[in-house]
Amino acid sequence: MKLHRLLLAPSLGTILIFMALPIALTTLYSILSPAQYGGVIWQPSGEAYVRLLFERDIFDDTLSFNADYLQILGRSVVQAGIATILCLMIGLPTAWFIATRPPAQKSLCLMLVTVPYWVNLLVRTIALLLMLRDEGPINGALQSMGLADGPLPLAYNNFAIGLGLVSSFLPFMILPLYAAIERFDFSLLEAAYDLHASRWQAVRSVILPILRPGLIAGGLLVFIPGIGSYLAPDILGGGKTLMLGNLIGMQFQGSRNWPFGAALSTVLMSVTLIALILVARRAAREEA
Amino acid sequence: MQDHGDACRLTGLGRTYGRGTSAHHALGGIDLAIRANEFFTLLGPSGCGKTTLLRLIAGFDQPTVGEIAIFGRNVAGMPPEDRPVNTVFQHYALFPHLTVAENVGFALRMLGRPRAEIAATVARMVELVGLEGMEQRRPDQLSGGQKQRVALARALAPGPKILLLDEPLSALDAKLRQRMRSELKALQRETGITFVFVTHDQDEALAMSDRIAVMQGGRVQQLGRPEEIYEAPANRFVADFIGGANLIPARMGPEGAMAEGLGTIPATGTSGAEVTLAIRPERLAILPAGGHQPGDLGPLVVAERIYMGNELSFRLEGAAVPLHVTLPRGGLRGALDFAPGDRVALRPETGAIRVLAS
Repeated sequence: MKLHRLLLAPSLGTILIFMALPIALTTLYSILSPAQYGGVIWQPSGEAYVRLLFERDIFDDTLSFNADYLQILGRSVVQAGIATILCLMIGLPTAWFIATRPPAQKSLCLMLVTVPYWVNLLVRTIALLLMLRDEGPINGALQSMGLADGPLPLAYNNFAIGLGLVSSFLPFMILPLYAAIERFDFSLLEAAYDLHASRWQAVRSVILPILRPGLIAGGLLVFIPGIGSYLAPDILGGGKTLMLGNLIGMQFQGSRNWPFGAALSTVLMSVTLIALILVARRAAREEA
Repeated sequence: MQDHGDACRLTGLGRTYGRGTSAHHALGGIDLAIRANEFFTLLGPSGCGKTTLLRLIAGFDQPTVGEIAIFGRNVAGMPPEDRPVNTVFQHYALFPHLTVAENVGFALRMLGRPRAEIAATVARMVELVGLEGMEQRRPDQLSGGQKQRVALARALAPGPKILLLDEPLSALDAKLRQRMRSELKALQRETGITFVFVTHDQDEALAMSDRIAVMQGGRVQQLGRPEEIYEAPANRFVADFIGGANLIPARMGPEGAMAEGLGTIPATGTSGAEVTLAIRPERLAILPAGGHQPGDLGPLVVAERIYMGNELSFRLEGAAVPLHVTLPRGGLRGALDFAPGDRVALRPETGAIRVLAS
């Protein structure tokens, strides 16, 4: 029995050292004072959290409300939310298609879904940028076909960021949905039709409610990394439209305000955690 | 019997899967008229096409050839949701995310009936199947028998003209199955709805049906009342499948059928023809060899004595195939007993032997 428990030691150790500890450290940093060139001074301060909502006047120290960071948080939530919905709309039919193939084709399809992960995310994001930019093949094709007069603004905006998020997180939506559809008892669909449900009624009253756990799992797997994503806004947004991930990155690299970056991270983690708890509690209530 | 017209008429119905050399003929040449208010059973082993036939009537599958008419209306191309037919599925197919009441009211909700009407019908259906007090439970909180009742109530709620039942009792334990048989039959009489019942269980079929279609190889082998099917099987398959029969190869001679080790059995037929004699195991009397009378079969040797509680069964050697004889326990015949090795003779009841073409 003792030996059996030892099997968990490597993973528990990894989680402890490389996850729990850094998170604790980040939270700790958020309540310390910034050092001039990065790092922290061991002096407790709530300044980082104040900065989230207020701007401190450099001369007289008065606080005035500043919605800039809230806006970035809001933009991150909206971008991640839109990406989640798009992933859902693309992922559900795809997962349905795969789950209803014969077994040999299923494994092939699942492999194809994961193929993008054989290529580094940075490379994929840059490749997407090359497609979208003014001189890229899409704009080139549109113009040579006479469908556009000048290059369409495809890159360096929210559209490009959304596209980047969808293309990088789509598999995280497809896989849990696939697992849910795979377990779906198709005689329930026949029962629905037999009981006079139209196609749409069957989808709404039977398929969607039963696939809910898969939809929630896929949604969280896209939304949570999406809200803190760094590469897509950095490269595809051209650094013009900040998302939370970039703002946090800047605090540790450019502005060298570690406590503020840590405070932003802590807020992001808390928001995510609260959302997770709410979803889990609601799911548990519906189970009962 | 009063003529109610036909609830469901199947004409030249066939269903083929695949094409060319790999084509599988699941059903062929089905001509059946299922009468209104009838308890009609499709009986056969797995793969005989009975479930395919049920799915064609429900509309889950389309026939390759032939026609289905429900109360005189051709339903070709009509989707299942538009047919006046509901199904009780083999594994119930209850919606796991809905309560008992929501399951039962599902069809009425889909049809957009007013809320009050749905509530009233659900209450009536729940009472009909005896599930009062369970309305708010979910399927995973129900026993097998209760799920069965929910499935029945759910299928009956929209008031189908025909209720299709796909082996609905097969997932229940033996005791519950017995009880549900009588309940189903009573329910059918009470509601006056035509039941089309699919099963591989001959006891079920015999106990409940007004008429039975015995199926094998995608075709109807025999159609008739339970008594006709059991007493006068049309062919070897039916004789063997329903109740089990001794099937003895024989050749027609001038005085009757000649069977190896059994002698000549009075029967008429073309001399020289190969035939099969079908004899039910319970329609043979077993007696000690020696007091041999003309017409007795044998002598044979007891190879095995099988005690089965309410009856005693013997396997006898000496004929072309092993013969089985069962004796009910109790009464005068119950006093008879034999041990392996005993030499015995058989005396068939009058009319017990059926001569079937091979």
